Amino acid sequence: MLDTIGVGSLDALFASIPEKYRLTQALDLAGAVSEQELISELSALSGRNANLESHAWFLGAGVYPHFVPSAVDALVSRSEFTTAYTPYQPEISQGTLQAIFEWQTMICGLTGCEVANASMYDGASATAEAVLMAMRATRRDRVVAAGTLHPHTREVLGTYLSGLRAEIVDAPRAETGRTAPLAEFVDDSTACVILQQPNFLGAIEDVRAAAAAAAAHGALLVVTVNEALSLALLAPPGENGADIVCGEAQSFGVPMSLGGPHLGFLATRRKLVRQLPGRLVGETVDVEGRPGYVLTLATREQHIRRERATSNICTNQGLCLLMATVYLALLGPRGLRQLAELNLSKAQYAKARVRETPGLSLPFDAPSFNEFVIGVPDSGAAALERAREAGIVGGLDLAGLAETPEPSVLVCTTELASRDAIDTLVSALGDRT
Amino acid sequence: MSDRRIAVGNTGNGFAYEEPLIFERSRPGRVGHSVPEPDVPRIDPGSVLPAEALRDDIPGLPEVSEVDVVRHFTRLSTWNAAVDLGLYPLGSCTMKYNPKLNERAARLPGFAAAHPMQPIALQQGFLQLCHELERQLAEISGMDRVTLQPAAGAQGEFAGLMMIRAYHEQRGEKRHRVLVPDSAHGTNPASATLNGYEVQTVPSGDDGVLHPEAVAAAMGDDVAGLMITNPNTLGLFEEHIARICEIVHAGGGLVYGDGANLNALLGRTRPGDHGIDAMHINLHKTFSTPHGGGGPGAGPVGVKNILAPYLPTPVVRELSGDEGEGFTLDYDFPHSIGRLHASHGNVGMFVRAWTYIRTLGPEGLRRCAEMAVLNANYLLARLRSAYHVPFDRPVMHECVLSDKLLHGTGVTTHDLAKRLIDYGYHPPTVYFPLIVPGAIMIEPTESESLEGLDHFAEAMLAINEEARENPELVRSAPHHTRRSRLDETRAARQTVLRWQPEPRG
Repeated sequence: MLDTIGVGSLDALFASIPEKYRLTQALDLAGAVSEQELISELSALSGRNANLESHAWFLGAGVYPHFVPSAVDALVSRSEFTTAYTPYQPEISQGTLQAIFEWQTMICGLTGCEVANASMYDGASATAEAVLMAMRATRRDRVVAAGTLHPHTREVLGTYLSGLRAEIVDAPRAETGRTAPLAEFVDDSTACVILQQPNFLGAIEDVRAAAAAAAAHGALLVVTVNEALSLALLAPPGENGADIVCGEAQSFGVPMSLGGPHLGFLATRRKLVRQLPGRLVGETVDVEGRPGYVLTLATREQHIRRERATSNICTNQGLCLLMATVYLALLGPRGLRQLAELNLSKAQYAKARVRETPGLSLPFDAPSFNEFVIGVPDSGAAALERAREAGIVGGLDLAGLAETPEPSVLVCTTELASRDAIDTLVSALGDRT
Repeated sequence: MSDRRIAVGNTGNGFAYEEPLIFERSRPGRVGHSVPEPDVPRIDPGSVLPAEALRDDIPGLPEVSEVDVVRHFTRLSTWNAAVDLGLYPLGSCTMKYNPKLNERAARLPGFAAAHPMQPIALQQGFLQLCHELERQLAEISGMDRVTLQPAAGAQGEFAGLMMIRAYHEQRGEKRHRVLVPDSAHGTNPASATLNGYEVQTVPSGDDGVLHPEAVAAAMGDDVAGLMITNPNTLGLFEEHIARICEIVHAGGGLVYGDGANLNALLGRTRPGDHGIDAMHINLHKTFSTPHGGGGPGAGPVGVKNILAPYLPTPVVRELSGDEGEGFTLDYDFPHSIGRLHASHGNVGMFVRAWTYIRTLGPEGLRRCAEMAVLNANYLLARLRSAYHVPFDRPVMHECVLSDKLLHGTGVTTHDLAKRLIDYGYHPPTVYFPLIVPGAIMIEPTESESLEGLDHFAEAMLAINEEARENPELVRSAPHHTRRSRLDETRAARQTVLRWQPEPRG
């Protein structure tokens, strides 16, 4: 090969690197290890992390423990999906393109919107991008955030807007666990109102009221969803006045995986399609009139528009999108609804047990889906430690994350929460002895 | 669309199955997953939730069985090209082989089925892996500190520039311009805009690299920094990089490195040693995590110590002294740019990249760079006689050709790319970088054998002959795919972005 190239050595190929900067010794890294040894080492590392196989699980707070049907990983693991890249060449990417088109359709159906993109990094960045989109669409730079956003979503929003001329106004929370009415915070310079549904504390918000507050001043309503399964039960935000519906779709067959990779979604009205960031797949025909799919409306994107693009995003979460598309196809409308009702039933059972347990309380009376706040007798940390001793990851200590009337934990009950585990959790949280 | 009727299953083309949309397979009553019977009292949603908060049906989801779903997506998969099927020489994307061990590692329950907010004591294995990966990436890139949080290269650029912005703001300096060479990826200027910066393009020299004089001419006390990709998108090492960094530093700016092409440098040289202040590292390129049909990737960012106060939070820290052994997450950094991701980033990619680095060790990583560079130069040597080479000099991990010598045949880069598909190759990156008209950017990676490279070179040479002898054959390619030359103009003008049931009646 070197002869063909016409050089005498491999080193000659690196001659353009100034000599001063050529490494003369090996990098300071551990030496190569065999596959067999690495699996042992990885298993040991993995074994030091609590997980759904080692503990009963009630921790959600934006990342939800759900059962993943076997067919999801089997299909997503196919090399033709896993080791492909962005479908720039539609003739040899129809598998990926058609799956994205199906995802866009499913997200439109779930959110009540007319168009959805090919996904974003995660729910938090999808929310930030939704806000940027609203600012572009309205040419306004003031943003009203409900007081009940997930604190991480709120932080990421602040990060994304930090370099731009923008003002974020935070509404407070009401005693019910919902956001305070938003109307008084919206004015004629407001680009959008952001509402999380269900909110960080699990309470179901009034989307129509928020939509009315936004619309009164020509602002857009952004509804962000962290527990996507709730969309199977709750009124589609897009039909209740939301202009942009975004969030995290990890609940649809994507492993918790310590927080990522997950799956942001972003959907909106048709008239806002040119403001959408990220990839879009459209249907078309080929040279012989056969149907097919292509990336479309790319003039919004960075590789064409560069500094004038709608976003700098270059990838989507292709493989996670595929997980969710397979998952939603498997469950279908009936399975998904049934699963959502099962989650609701578990939460209602858990709430009933909390009500009858001395020392525990339900500090908020707003309706909830599969996640809610439990007031505990001593401290969230102590209560969760008791649960842990019983083999349970019991929820999220709200100390420092949300002001509550008493020390509290945020608990979610999905289909994975057995009745026995709920009983044990409730006893452990309440038992101070 | 009325012409969308596709037969399900066999169409007389053997196993080349046509496949309709999943919605067109839908039959009322079918379901592909069994939800458990409740072990708690069944609750009617209407009894606990207000009626206006509830929905009725869920449109947009199909009713199909598990077999329907499995066949549907298995058949769709056969419509894709992939690294596991053959050479995928997409320039600047580093489509190297993705070891199967990595996939197994990421699926271990302590990684795949663990939660980002579980107690610190119950995620020590994860934190140790993060800590080690940060140190590995810092050593490889020559940076002092690394954040793993950015979910992709573009988010890494965004974060890196934001730290540079925070650095200037902390010093009370108002700088509003960012310099970007004309050969840069489109994400670079877009990331600068998202940071509120004005973008100023700096021209590359006639030899394809950036020259210190061009940077000096553009430099000023309102310049926050320069973004530079090294090797650049022409596959050339930016040989004046150290001098360029000095010029930017002397003017009070910082230098951001786009690490998209780091694969060429592994173990041979380190961007941090050249003067780069911040850079992202694409785990899905250099460190073999799969591209997944367009993500998820991961874009950790390495920085020099001067930018450490601005790293995103939380930060993984090894305990010391009285704290005992283990790792924790620190949040208290008053100058941090804050949080970029809802959790820790694309953790599944961290596990794969860590596994890859441990698999190869320092010698193996250096060998990657050497073989990637050898392969690119070999292809360049084999193709130089037939294709125009705009910057004909030794390259690093990729080479850029153009269709200039095909002028007069009617065959363009686009046609060549489509014809390569008939030969069983995913086309190279085309029409990029923008400074080369009709660019054909080829990155073979280290994963290809000599025979594999020869076969690809022969296909490229054969197409070159076809372009002269039978140009129409090339201009109407591909001929051996199930779809050919999809109408992108129609897709953009008559936008159909979702399936809708045809109206009844």
